[in-house]
Amino acid sequence: MIRINCPYCGERDHSEFSYGGDATINYPSLDASEKEWTEAIFFRKNIKGFQFETWHHSNGCRMWLVVERSTVTHEIKSVKPCHPNLQKVVENNK
Amino acid sequence: MTKFNAWNVIKNGLNGQSYWTRQWRDPEPKSIYDVVIIGGGLHGLATAYYLAKNHNIKNVAILEKGWIGGGNAGRNTTIVRSNYMMPGNHEFYEHSLKLWENLSHELNYNVMFSQRAHVSLFHSPGAKDSVSRIYNIMRLHGTDAELWDLKTLKKKIPHLNYHNSRFPILGAAVQKRAGNARHDAVAWGYARAADTLGVDILQNCEVTGFTRKNGNIESIQTSRGIIKGKKIGFAVAGNTSMLWQMAELGNLPIESHKLQAFVSEAVKPLLDQVVVYGVGGAHFYISQSDKGSMVFGGDLDWYKSYAQRGNLPMVQDVAEAAMAIFPSLGRIRLLRHWAGVMDMTMDGSFFICKTPISNLYLNAGWNYGGFKASPASGWYFADLIANESPHNYVQNHNLERFEKGINIDERGAGPDPKLHG
Repeated sequence: MIRINCPYCGERDHSEFSYGGDATINYPSLDASEKEWTEAIFFRKNIKGFQFETWHHSNGCRMWLVVERSTVTHEIKSVKPCHPNLQKVVENNK
Repeated sequence: MTKFNAWNVIKNGLNGQSYWTRQWRDPEPKSIYDVVIIGGGLHGLATAYYLAKNHNIKNVAILEKGWIGGGNAGRNTTIVRSNYMMPGNHEFYEHSLKLWENLSHELNYNVMFSQRAHVSLFHSPGAKDSVSRIYNIMRLHGTDAELWDLKTLKKKIPHLNYHNSRFPILGAAVQKRAGNARHDAVAWGYARAADTLGVDILQNCEVTGFTRKNGNIESIQTSRGIIKGKKIGFAVAGNTSMLWQMAELGNLPIESHKLQAFVSEAVKPLLDQVVVYGVGGAHFYISQSDKGSMVFGGDLDWYKSYAQRGNLPMVQDVAEAAMAIFPSLGRIRLLRHWAGVMDMTMDGSFFICKTPISNLYLNAGWNYGGFKASPASGWYFADLIANESPHNYVQNHNLERFEKGINIDERGAGPDPKLHG
């Protein structure tokens, strides 16, 4: 079991969460070329090692998180809210 | 190589088994080959075999970082079927099934292919309509497919949970020619047959880098020295992205996920078919091996991973599905479980295609379906490498299909690799 330290709820089993995917995708502007959109939607770095990825606390607070996790050892380095402004709220409340 | 036949079995039986020769050589790498296949799994071995057999290209090497058949070849549930409906896919998998039907004779090696029927249960009128559409498409293309009503199903498999199930069984979609095979024997059979035709199988030979010249890959750095290949093929599903980036080719429409499989202790004959159950979020498939073990599996672990080990929530999930459909398995003990790393693609279909490097060819993205595909995968990958243009069946199984909007998405699940189970 992977344990994810949700910034809102505390440490929980990963079975409470749903895996999203690559958190580093930058979607291009709406008038960007098909090539750029194809790259953003379909192509992935598929990192072996630490990567930033999204998880949804679907059976908890239902917030989206950015998790820095190794895809080899499953070790987690950091967990943050997806939205940068919410990160500040979490820090102010500590 | 001593041929396997009744005469040689009797002769060696009378001579203390002393006349058997080793099944494949352990050669030193040559400096240059016509074709180098990276990856000594079922697809790489089959490719090398069909290059030699169908195209008379015999100066071929297979580079394998561990030992042949030690990766996903030995980490699957050995199911063989061809119940696909998308153009390209159904012709491809049907050809694969036909190759399976003659594989033991073709390789002079008993792969224990057993056409015991693949029985896919349905639990609602909607599911019946949906599966009927797929199985009708199969019939229109000459593949065997039939629907079993509840009466037939109860007669064939009496011990499913017909009574108190949350999702009552209404019947099943069946492919009778489908079944399973012995995975190790497939790897060994292809290795032995390819070696006999002159293919060098180089084990413990890990690729560490590529040297480029004039846009081509000129040579491959390996743990056993530098090896040159006029043409190079990748067949390393699970780790395709790593090799792709080593060749400085950027990103692929692939994520690596792990899929678990389970083997129980051996029991007396219990199940004559491959049974598939999928409803209400569950996904479960089971058969019984010739040793008597129940072999079964379920979904991916749902998060991206290169680890060849499974996680416990999926063990629980699969056990629950087993109990829902096969309550008689309640007291059975699990012997082993393991995970294999899969290339999960953005539309659930594979790649057999050319690449931006003119002497490099790609075989990847097998999702859940790599085992059954291996004979046809080798057949059409060899065809692509030899003739330098894809066969009609695999003409859209390339990396450009996403930009062109011709995704081959059997499930219609969209661009999320983990959903294409």
